[in-house]
Order: sequence, then structure tokens, then C-alpha cells
Amino acid sequence: MRDFDFEIVMGLEVHAELHTKSKIFCGCTTEFGGEQNTHVCPVCLGLPGVLPVLNEKVVDYAMKAGLALQCTIASFSKFDRKNYFYPDLPKAYQISQYDLPIAEGGYIDIEVQGEKKRIGITRVHMEEDAGKLVHGGGSLAYAGYSLADYNRTGVPLIEIVSEPDIRSIEEAIAYLEQLKAILEYTEVSDCKMEQGSLRCDANVSLRPWGQKELGTKTELKNMNSFKALQKALEYEIERQAEILRDGGKIIQETRMWDENKGETIALRSKEEAHDYRYFPDPDLPPIVISEEWVERIRKTLPELPQARQVRLVESYGLPAYDAAVITGSKAMADYFDQACTAYGMTLPAGQKVDQKGQERAKQISNYMMGELSRRLNASEKGFQDCPISPENLVELLTLIEGGTISGKIAKTVFDEMFESGKKPKTIVEEKGLVQISDEGALASVVAEVVAANPQVVADFKAGKDKAVGFFVGQVMKATRGKANPGLVNRLLMEELKRQ
Amino acid sequence: MKLHTKCAHELHDLLVSKEISATELVNDVAARLEDVEPKVLAFVTKTIDEAKAAAARVDDKIASGEKIGPLEGIPMAIKDNMCTEGVPTTCSSKMLHNFVPPYDATVVRKLKEAGSIMLGKVNMDEFAMGSSCENSWQEGTRNPWRLERVPGGSSGGSAASVSAGQAVFSLGSDTGGSIRQPAAFCGVVGLKPTYGSVSRYGLIAFASSLDQIGPFSRDVRDCALVMNAIAGHDPFDSTSAPIEHPDYTTFLDQSIKGWRIGVPKEYFGEGIDADVSETMQKAMKTLESLGAELIECSLPHTEYALPCYYIIAPAEASSNLARYDGVRYGFRAEEAEDLISMFSKTRSEGFGEEVKRRIMLGTYALSSGYYDAYYLKALKVRTLIKQDFDRAFEKFDVLLSPTTPSVAFSCGDRLNNPLQMYQSDICTLSVNLAGIPAISINAGFADGLPIGVQFMGKPFEEGRLLQISHAFEQATSCHSQMPPLKGGCAE
Ligand SMILES: [Zn+2]
Repeated sequence: MRDFDFEIVMGLEVHAELHTKSKIFCGCTTEFGGEQNTHVCPVCLGLPGVLPVLNEKVVDYAMKAGLALQCTIASFSKFDRKNYFYPDLPKAYQISQYDLPIAEGGYIDIEVQGEKKRIGITRVHMEEDAGKLVHGGGSLAYAGYSLADYNRTGVPLIEIVSEPDIRSIEEAIAYLEQLKAILEYTEVSDCKMEQGSLRCDANVSLRPWGQKELGTKTELKNMNSFKALQKALEYEIERQAEILRDGGKIIQETRMWDENKGETIALRSKEEAHDYRYFPDPDLPPIVISEEWVERIRKTLPELPQARQVRLVESYGLPAYDAAVITGSKAMADYFDQACTAYGMTLPAGQKVDQKGQERAKQISNYMMGELSRRLNASEKGFQDCPISPENLVELLTLIEGGTISGKIAKTVFDEMFESGKKPKTIVEEKGLVQISDEGALASVVAEVVAANPQVVADFKAGKDKAVGFFVGQVMKATRGKANPGLVNRLLMEELKRQ
Repeated sequence: MKLHTKCAHELHDLLVSKEISATELVNDVAARLEDVEPKVLAFVTKTIDEAKAAAARVDDKIASGEKIGPLEGIPMAIKDNMCTEGVPTTCSSKMLHNFVPPYDATVVRKLKEAGSIMLGKVNMDEFAMGSSCENSWQEGTRNPWRLERVPGGSSGGSAASVSAGQAVFSLGSDTGGSIRQPAAFCGVVGLKPTYGSVSRYGLIAFASSLDQIGPFSRDVRDCALVMNAIAGHDPFDSTSAPIEHPDYTTFLDQSIKGWRIGVPKEYFGEGIDADVSETMQKAMKTLESLGAELIECSLPHTEYALPCYYIIAPAEASSNLARYDGVRYGFRAEEAEDLISMFSKTRSEGFGEEVKRRIMLGTYALSSGYYDAYYLKALKVRTLIKQDFDRAFEKFDVLLSPTTPSVAFSCGDRLNNPLQMYQSDICTLSVNLAGIPAISINAGFADGLPIGVQFMGKPFEEGRLLQISHAFEQATSCHSQMPPLKGGCAE
């Protein structure tokens, strides 16, 4: 980035919807979708007289996220009211956390182009989601009317605020990827960006290289995919750079990423910014968190993506690249581990598989990163709903390793497995695909093929190596692909030498 | 039989002995309600048809030989800031003039389960802000003892309806004295329970950390019966205390011999009318004659209660009342041009003067740059006030003070002088800031107007307040007097 005129300083604020069954302050379902205004009750609608009652599961989930992000969990935390008027906010205040968040002072380690870096996490806090407005007439600016859907009000969120440690778009993407993976691994959130359960805002500023003071920042909102984050940051950084190059000043403001126009638009400037008038919510007693509670949650923490990546390299000898790709998604990493177990390669920590085991692990990895990923992507599926179970994949690999089927036949079997979900052995039996390794039987086929093609034999003798390939093809054709290729090669050479 | 002059426990005996039926009872009290209502103006919504149907169900139950509970069949009134399913709940505000809640407040549900019969919703100062019941979108309620006087506020309708015989008991809410001050002005019993002992779920919030629902009744025994019905932990209110409540009637008829009663000198300073002081002296003599010891004490931070209260209550109110924006229910102003003007026109037209005054005060106190100087400072003062009480209760069983500095003032008298109006709650505010329980009962009359004595107690010791109140009540006769109120418009 040194060739750029400015140093980029960024921090991300990520909202993740927690994976609880019910809302944060009432018993309504958090299920996505549903007819408008059907997942609501007097409490989440903020009707006069109602009171919030905290869903303790929300605290469990927020603590789990905090612990997974290496934060310190507050022993005393509270909810505050953030006051502002908007039609999607039924009480005209959002119950959130202000000066005493549930977790503080953590970090995420990222790796960009082989370089490792630590990004600080300032805080993790809990809050309730607002509703959704549907503007009649398309966009907000031209709306003749607006309708409100409150199904989402009161859905529990955590906001994860990073330190302004991010220095490039690549780092921002890597941070968000790593954060998403951690939240998925801990099952704190389903992180479905397309359904809005993971949303990202960014604070962006530029400063001349070597300058200590931060430049004026803008806050970018409404980035709900990695692509949007990338494009919005590219646009905003260039926008700010142009202004600064021309000697202009950046205005501190909130800007929204407009996906359709491909640009960021000013929403409101600092001058008209809200005074949220935060104060402790008198309807909710403070949250006192005991050591025991923290430990109980800590025990539920799964192996996190980075630890898992290290283990795959150390235990199975996987290349770092493979390990990174596989652990990038929890479902994929789980699939890999289940396959290794099916191969009888469940290892106590710190132990390493032998050479043969490493080859097997690499085979699994190759299938997962290659054919399996390609087919899953094409059918818009993930590893969690892969039609080929890890056990069946390993069975296929065992059939190849044991010489029961050839690599070529394996492709046919694989296709059939993906379509039908059947076990490979069943497919091989049903279709009669067992490899012919019977020397006697193959020798007679080879002899027949050679005898029937004297001209090609002559070519072979004249030094044309292509001739061998022709004979192999003929033998395969005659055996419908089931001949053991190694054996065919040896028998052929012997037969040709005899000629 | 003049049933509307009787207490709930007397009426219960008559129902059980079948001397009267619930239908007769409801008819009699409803007739009295209608009869004096043109003068008292206590009700905002009447539910008399539903009440008669409910009375018939109670009669069926009695006829079939089933036992009835102590409040079953007893007519009551509910302050119009407690949600009642299917019955308008307006907070006496234009803002909610058309609001019909889809749910019952916990206290309403509990009283329905106890078999009490609601005759209607009663008037109040808008959103419980006021001390005279004149800040209502409806016409102000009158004091049944003298109609040109105020009944007190904000639960003026609750106090006046019981005093006038339009209901046997009622519920009010107390944020800074809104039960005790009107109870004193109307000569009835009014209890503000410990914060957290009665669920606030369904009470339309004014200041969440101060609001508390409590009963109005004609005598102390009824007060205990209503507490038995409404107190208790509610999983729908996170601030409700998870404790077991005693049977409050067990405290009645017990001696207070040897009790040490603290008399905080700060409550007897200038500003207290001579009539009131005199009545307090008499009350203390009565208590001495019952074997209690009265000892002067000090609550040194009392003078800061009023300013502290007028930071905290409006701050919370400004947030609690922000939801009335015309978007989802209630009043919406016409002819707004855009969203912001819809919000602002709705709130300008929908709220009355006092409500707007307090919203502005509270918004200011919470705004950035002023938070530390006002709100945070007020929270610290609140702690000091609470500590005053903690220290006093190390030495005393209860504390005694007048409930109000004067008898009921004249209608319109203080309406244009908010500071003077705020002064009428000077003896009651500290109790809400400290979260402790306090009761007001009638201690005598001056010029035909009632004067209340207030007993303050340790948290969750409502039982002891009922005990001393009952002992006092038995030793005097003032509670048995009814206002000289005649029906119709002849007076
Ligand atoms: Zn709900």
C-alpha cells in the first residue's frame, strides 16, 4: 500500500444476529421470514405499559462470542436506552449497552499475503434489533407511503467493534472472514449475510504517511456482503483521496453504500447528528456475571478456526493453504474431521499420522476442495448438506486404494453418489464396475487386441510410442473400463515384446 | 341498605351470609356512581354493563354453594394508566384518547382472578404528571368533601371515587406521592408499596424507577386485602422482587406497644400549615397512648428530594413518552408534510402543557454535556436520600410525617404555578426516591377537609405499616366519616 498517497485507517462495526429461538425481551420467535407483523407481541411492539424481561440465553451467547474473541467478560454489566425517533423503532429508544458492555478488550488474528497481524476488538455489546420499513414507491426518497414490519424488533444482536487497526481493504476482508468463521464455529450466529444476520459498518479515514493524528472519518453503513464491503471501501477510499489530493477537507458524516449506483451517499452530517441521550434502562436490573457463569460458558467453546487450522497442518500434514480453505467454514472443517475419523485417523492432540495417513488426508482434501466444492457450488449447497457423506467419500477412496475400482471408474461412481446419495459399494456392485485384476483373463484380452491389429504392432516396432496408448484404449473398451490399468500396461508390454 | 358506604370486608360478610347479592351490591354502588358523578367527575370510562354481567356470575357461584374470595363481587375502580384488555386506557391524555389495550396489566388480571368487579377507569393527571387531577384531557375531578377543591393528584379519580362511594376500593399509582397525597386530600387510606412488591407490568410508565401501583380503600383492613391480591413477584416485570409476601391481614389487631416511631424534623418545618401540624401533634398523642414512643430524628438530605425528583422523573418520562409519535396507535395529527412534521405535530397537539414541560426538562437533563451535571448528580443525591432512611430504620420501626403540607387546595389555584404545585408533594417524594413503602391515613379534619398522616417503613415491611395504621384507625373515628355529598345536581 506504500505506493498509495495516504495511509488508510479503518475500524469495523459488525452486527450479528444471535441464534436464539426467542427474542431478547419477550417470547416471540426469531425465525426469519413469516407474514409481516406475525412474530410480534405487546412487548416487542413497545405498547404502552409493557416491560422487557431479559432472555438469559442472549447473555450466554454474547459471553460465548466475547470469549471466542479473546475478550474479558464484565462481572457487572447493564442495559441502557439509546433514544431516537424512527418509525421502525417502536419505543423510540433502542435497548442497548453503553458504558458497561458485556465484553471488552479482545482481538482477532488475521493473515494477509503471508503476513500475520492482530486486530484489536474494543468491545462486544448486546442490543435489540429494530423493525423494517417497506417504502411504497420503491426508494425512500420517492415513497408515497411507508409500511412497517415489526417481526424483527427485539431480535437479539451483538455489536462487535474493532479498534482502528485495519490498514487495507484486504485486511478488512480478512478480519470480517475470520470474525464470521469464529461466530459460525461458536454457533452464536448463523451469519447469513443475505438475510441480514451479519451486517457491517466501517469507519474510514486517510492520513499522510507518517502523520500521527487521525484524519477525519466517515462512517459507511449498509454493507451486507463481502463484495459490497470491498466495493464500498474502494469507492470511499478513492473519494476521500481525491478530496485530499485537491486540498479539500473530509466532512465527518454517515454515508450509505448504494449497491445499485455503486457509490456511497451522504446520510447525515455531524452537525445534525443525534444526541442519543443514553441512560441506564430503569426497567432492567444490572447483569451480574459470576466466575462460575463465565467458566460454564467457556467450557462450551468449540475449537476455534485458527486452532483447527494449525491442527490440520500438524496432525495430518495438510498444506497450510488446504488447511486455511477447509477451516474457513465450520461445515467444511467438520466434514474433513468426520472423513478422517471414518478413515480411522482420529488423533489425540499433538500426534501425527504416518506417511500413508498424510496421503489419505490429502486425498480427502483434494476431493473436498476440487470436485466436491465445485458440485456443491453448482447446486448452491454447503458441506452441511452435502449428498455424499464423509463416510461414503472415504469408502470411495478405500475402493480406489485397494484397487477395486480404477480412478476413471471412480469418477463415474462419484457422480452417481452425488446424484443418488448411495454408498459407493452399492453403486459398484449394481453396475458391475469392479476392476478386472485377473491376470489370465486380461492376458487373453490383450492377446486378442494385439492379434487383431498387426499394422499398429508394426508401428510400435518402428518406434511409434502412441501405439501403446491405442492398445490400452482398445483393452479398456473391450472390458468397459474395468481393466486394472497398471496390469494392462505390463501385460501389453510383455505381449508386444513377444511379437 | 346504603351498601356504597361500607368496606369490602363488611360487604364480603353480607355476601357470604346471603343478606345481599353481588348484583344488588353492584347495582347500589353503580347507582351511587351515576348519582354523584356529575359533581365528582371521577370516571373517564364506565364499564357498568360488564360489571353487572360479572356480578351475575358471582351470584351463580354463591348460589351453587362455592366459596368466594374476600374481594369477590366487590366493585372497584382502576386508574386510567393501567391497561385493561378491550377497555380504553387513555392516561387522561388526548394522545391515547382512542387507545384500547390488547392485554391486561398484571394487577388488573390478578384482581379479575380474585373476582373483583371493575366499574370503570378513573381520572388522573395526564400521564400521572400533576398533583391536582386538573391536568386531564377530560374535566378535572373534584374533591368529594368540598367540590371547589381538588382531590389531589395524580390519582385524583382513584381517591375521589372511593371517598364518594363510587367504588369500594381502587388502584392508583404513586411516582412522587400520587397515591398518598390524594388519599390525604380525600380522607381515605392510600398505600404506596415498596418498589418491586407490586408488578408494574401494564402500568403505562411515567418514571419507571419511581412508579409503583397501590390501593385506595375506606379502611386499613381493606387495604391489606387488596395488597394480598396484587402483591407478588411477576415474571413479566424484571424489577419485581422475587420474594414471598405475607398475608397482610395477619398484621391487623396487633399491638404497637413499645414501638419506636421516628419523627423527622425536616417534615415539620415552615411550609406546613398550622392545622396540619396540630393534627400531627394529636396523632402522636394517640400513638403514645397506644404504647409507642415518639422520638425526633433527622433525614438531612430531605431538602434535596424535590430538585432530585424533578431531574430523575422527567428524564425517565422523556424517554418513556417518546413512543407516542402517532405511528402505531393513539392520536395522530392531521396534515403533516413529512415524517418529522408528523412526529412533531402529533406530540405538540397530543400532549398537554405539564407533560410537555416535563419532557423538555428531562430531554435537557439527559442531553450530552448536561448528563453529568444533572442526571448523574441526581442519582448520587438519590443514594444519599436512601442512606438517610437506612440509618433512620436502624433505630426506628416506622417514621411519621404529615402526608401533605396543607389540606386540599382550591381548583385552579396552583395550575399556573408549577413550582407551587410541585411543593404539595414535598412530604412524599423522598419515599419514592428511596423505594420504601409508605401509607397515608386520615388523621383528622380542618374546616371539614381531611388531613392525612404518613407512616414510612423499611422495604417490604408493608405489614408493619398496616399494623400501626390499623391500631391508629381503631383508636380514632375519622375513617368512618363520609363526605357530606348529596346525589344529583341539587346541591
Ligand atoms: Zn414479542
